[in-house]
Amino acid sequence: MSESRLSVSRRHFLQAVVAGSLVSLAGPWSRALAAGDKLTVGFIYVGPRDDYGYNQAHAEAAAQIRKLPGITALEEENVAETVAVQKTMESMIELDGAQLIFPTSFGYFDPHVLKVAAKYPGVRFAHCGGLWREGVHPKNTGSFFGYIDEGQYLNGVAAGHASKTRKLGFVAAKPIPQVLRNINAFTMGARSVDPSITTRVIFTGDWAMPVKEAEAANSLVDQGADVLTCHVDSPKVVVETAARRGAMVCGYHADQSALAPQAYLTGAQWNWVTPYTTLVQAAMSGAPMPNFIRGGLREGYIKTSPYGPALSAAGQAAVSATKEKMLAGALTIFKGPLADNKGRTVIAAGVELAQTDVALEAMDWLVEGVQG
Amino acid sequence: MSADVDLWAVPLAVFAGAIRAGSPFLFVSLGECLTERGGRINLGLEGALVMGAMSAYGGAVLSGSPWLGLLAAIVAGGLLGLLHGLICSLPRVNDIAVGIGLMLLGIGLAFFLGKPFIQPRAPGLPAFELGAWSSNPLVREALRINVLFPLGLAACALMHLALTRTRWGLALRCVGDSQDTARALGLPILRLRLSATALGGALAGIGGASLSLFYPGSWNEGLSSGQGLMAVALVVFARWQPWRCLYAALLFGGAGALGPALQAAGVTGAYHLFNAAPYVLTLALMAFASERTGAPGELRLSR
Amino acid sequence: MSATSASAVAVLRAAPDPRLAAALRALAGTVGALALAALLFGAFLVAAGHDPLAVYALLWKGAFGSAFAWQNTLLRAAPLMLTALCVVLPARAGLIVIGGEGAVLMGGLAAAALGVHLGGLGGMALLPMALAGALAGGVWIGLVGLLRERRGVNEAIGSLLLAYIAAALFKHLVEGPLRDPASLNKPSTPALPDAARLGELAGSGVHAGLVIGVLACVLAHLLIHHTPWGFGLKVAGGNPRAGRMVGLPVGRLAIAACGLGGAAAGLAGMIEVAAVHGAANSALAAGYGYAGILVAFVARQQPLAILPTALLVGGVAASGGLLQRRLGLPDATVNVLQGFLFLSILVAEPLFQAVAQRIRRRRPR
Repeated sequence: MSESRLSVSRRHFLQAVVAGSLVSLAGPWSRALAAGDKLTVGFIYVGPRDDYGYNQAHAEAAAQIRKLPGITALEEENVAETVAVQKTMESMIELDGAQLIFPTSFGYFDPHVLKVAAKYPGVRFAHCGGLWREGVHPKNTGSFFGYIDEGQYLNGVAAGHASKTRKLGFVAAKPIPQVLRNINAFTMGARSVDPSITTRVIFTGDWAMPVKEAEAANSLVDQGADVLTCHVDSPKVVVETAARRGAMVCGYHADQSALAPQAYLTGAQWNWVTPYTTLVQAAMSGAPMPNFIRGGLREGYIKTSPYGPALSAAGQAAVSATKEKMLAGALTIFKGPLADNKGRTVIAAGVELAQTDVALEAMDWLVEGVQG
Repeated sequence: MSADVDLWAVPLAVFAGAIRAGSPFLFVSLGECLTERGGRINLGLEGALVMGAMSAYGGAVLSGSPWLGLLAAIVAGGLLGLLHGLICSLPRVNDIAVGIGLMLLGIGLAFFLGKPFIQPRAPGLPAFELGAWSSNPLVREALRINVLFPLGLAACALMHLALTRTRWGLALRCVGDSQDTARALGLPILRLRLSATALGGALAGIGGASLSLFYPGSWNEGLSSGQGLMAVALVVFARWQPWRCLYAALLFGGAGALGPALQAAGVTGAYHLFNAAPYVLTLALMAFASERTGAPGELRLSR
Repeated sequence: MSATSASAVAVLRAAPDPRLAAALRALAGTVGALALAALLFGAFLVAAGHDPLAVYALLWKGAFGSAFAWQNTLLRAAPLMLTALCVVLPARAGLIVIGGEGAVLMGGLAAAALGVHLGGLGGMALLPMALAGALAGGVWIGLVGLLRERRGVNEAIGSLLLAYIAAALFKHLVEGPLRDPASLNKPSTPALPDAARLGELAGSGVHAGLVIGVLACVLAHLLIHHTPWGFGLKVAGGNPRAGRMVGLPVGRLAIAACGLGGAAAGLAGMIEVAAVHGAANSALAAGYGYAGILVAFVARQQPLAILPTALLVGGVAASGGLLQRRLGLPDATVNVLQGFLFLSILVAEPLFQAVAQRIRRRRPR
């Protein structure tokens, strides 16, 4: 399976390179950036880069980019979403000559990236999130993001095969659309295996609260959940606590299998190397900045962790089959008829919401089968 | 709420949470209690706690033994406590201010030195499976008592005995109640206070170790949510009595577990406010418990 | 170290005016403390295997080494001036308030909630917002003073608890009742209209909050040192019993000092919202309230001394990024330096005096 993942990203990498060289017809960037084959890239993280989670996923990709010829990579971690990030970006530009900056936290974009981008029109700002809009935001800014709910759907399929109590647990930070989408995808994946499965959610209230996360994981296991996953910045505590309680666990953000080798089923991981490479190639060749790029499993923005021993052969086969369908573009996660957990119809029968649909970005409901 | 909700699991979860999440509160409030019985407040126990958590984890990673990690936490916390006592012995130095400074320093050092330990896994401290007799996994988990908790009970008993039955304890209380009297009696004020603040720091270090080596059992920069600062409030709560520190710590641990447990049982919404419940409770108790008995006379708190 | 204090003693002996002598003594103490902190931090760096000179050079470069560095430093110093006042003013009444963060949050939230509706006021919109921010912060810390004077709740603990409560209330409101439904993945109050935004100081890249901070410190200085109210506060803070005996309303003075300090911190919250974020969201909880404690103590609770101190602390924060990028030092390096700085300030004066006394004893005049 790691073979297929590799081939996907390699295929995508080639696509990106070809696309990049095709559009390298003298854009406004070519003068500023195509001078020589050198590029200074800045990566900014909101938390510690070795958190086994969100920031580590970015730092792992940054480490790949650093190895590319001609690249000078700058990194700064624990940068707050205040004037601190504005000044970090400026400092990378002014003092270290950064030409492309990856501010990786969602909260960096408005107002911080927008403000600094207006001041430095010759520098590219590639923000991780989904916020860039044509005609509203400047051309030297852009968004990249991944449909990681596909990974959570696959987590759900694995959980559906592994769960004996038919109860799953989800430790979430805040009830925002991105998180709700993951909870829903996870639940729907599991219910595609067995419609009697339910997911219970606990919101801790913030992105990094280790004691609360441990307490939430324990409470979920107490209530009978036997497979857990999460959407917090660092899943380390949830993974370890679940494993200690004898529950199984699906990873998120990065690969946490080393933390709980026996309990780990699989995991939804970012593969930021793909968009990073696209954006770096464009900047190096002088092509216009790709302002709005996103993708899922198929495009190589997302990957899954290797299967753990706790997932049966049948379960592995089922997850792999679902994954193949996704890679072939033959599976739509959010399609009608779909009811939320209050009985309202949220997607009418016959309607299929593709991953690119903006309606999904404003999700404010939890699907039937979710308790919380 | 749906039918399969186990509401009766809530009290059990709160009980388990009280012990799990209450252990750091217990040690750090005992540390603060001892410090304050000597007439000093140490807000810097937060720094000692975080430093203890980091030293314990780092020590366990490097040595492979959680017990050596615990020892490292005791030493680190004790040193920070001792430093507090030494600085406060200079004339006209405010103990609360020194505490804030030590908190900054302790946290800064812990984050600086703790970077290489965020990733590795450390061997955790063992637990007593007191619930092995039960077939109910909930009961088994609730009675899975970490090894530090009985140690905390022993520390409560020892501190109680030391403060009421030993020469050292009586002398320390005398120093804490009236420095003038202590001086008139010829007591070694400085040495008594140094021993109390150093021991207090060591206890806070154990509290940190219980965070990093038992629950949640991991080292990172967001590990402490201010347990060391809350200790000062807990001790007021506990009226400077070691045994009451135990009750206060259990109450705080339990209150912290209440929010997630209620959500798991299907009571959702306003979780931010639930999370703040312990603070509101403390403030209310401090404001409306009118009698101020038990406060050491030299304490800045009571003036 | 002893050389520093010996020269300080020499200067003191030469100074004729007692007030000048006091000011000089304070200055000498501060300079000595800074030197002590630099020494301790340097020793720590050496022990950790780093070159302290390279670190200091980079600190200078990042904080004051260029126009850009100055801009960075000034921006970071601006909120600290106001949050430091939230410590300094109550300290004048003998109270140690450490929960200014709560006032920042409450002030920012009040200003954001009001500002949304003030788009029609034009340039005047900022005034009611500032008042709302100051009022919310003032009430919040005033409550700390009230609890202390009326119910005997220690102000350090009380303000800390209230800061935690403020943070929970803030998140609850921003993610619930006050949330802009359009703020999808970054829960915020609705974006402020242009009229409710605080702009930059002509072409400087620094927002107008800096001027407000400086003005507030100057005003606080005048209030404390040049009004009868300030004198009463000094007496009440220095010796409450004596204050009561001469008929001073000691309790009310303390509550008022808390309220004023809280108003300053609330104003800091309003400025962050109006000049930086354009709405209230969890990014407002950036720890400015806690950093203000450090500034206030290093400034020895003197409002005017806040100004250079905020520059120092802001400058250290500004250069943290360079330390990470150029030397591979962890971001917590800055916290370690701050810790040494804080303790050195507390230790320096009594320590130097003890040394000076010993010198004096050795050479009787």
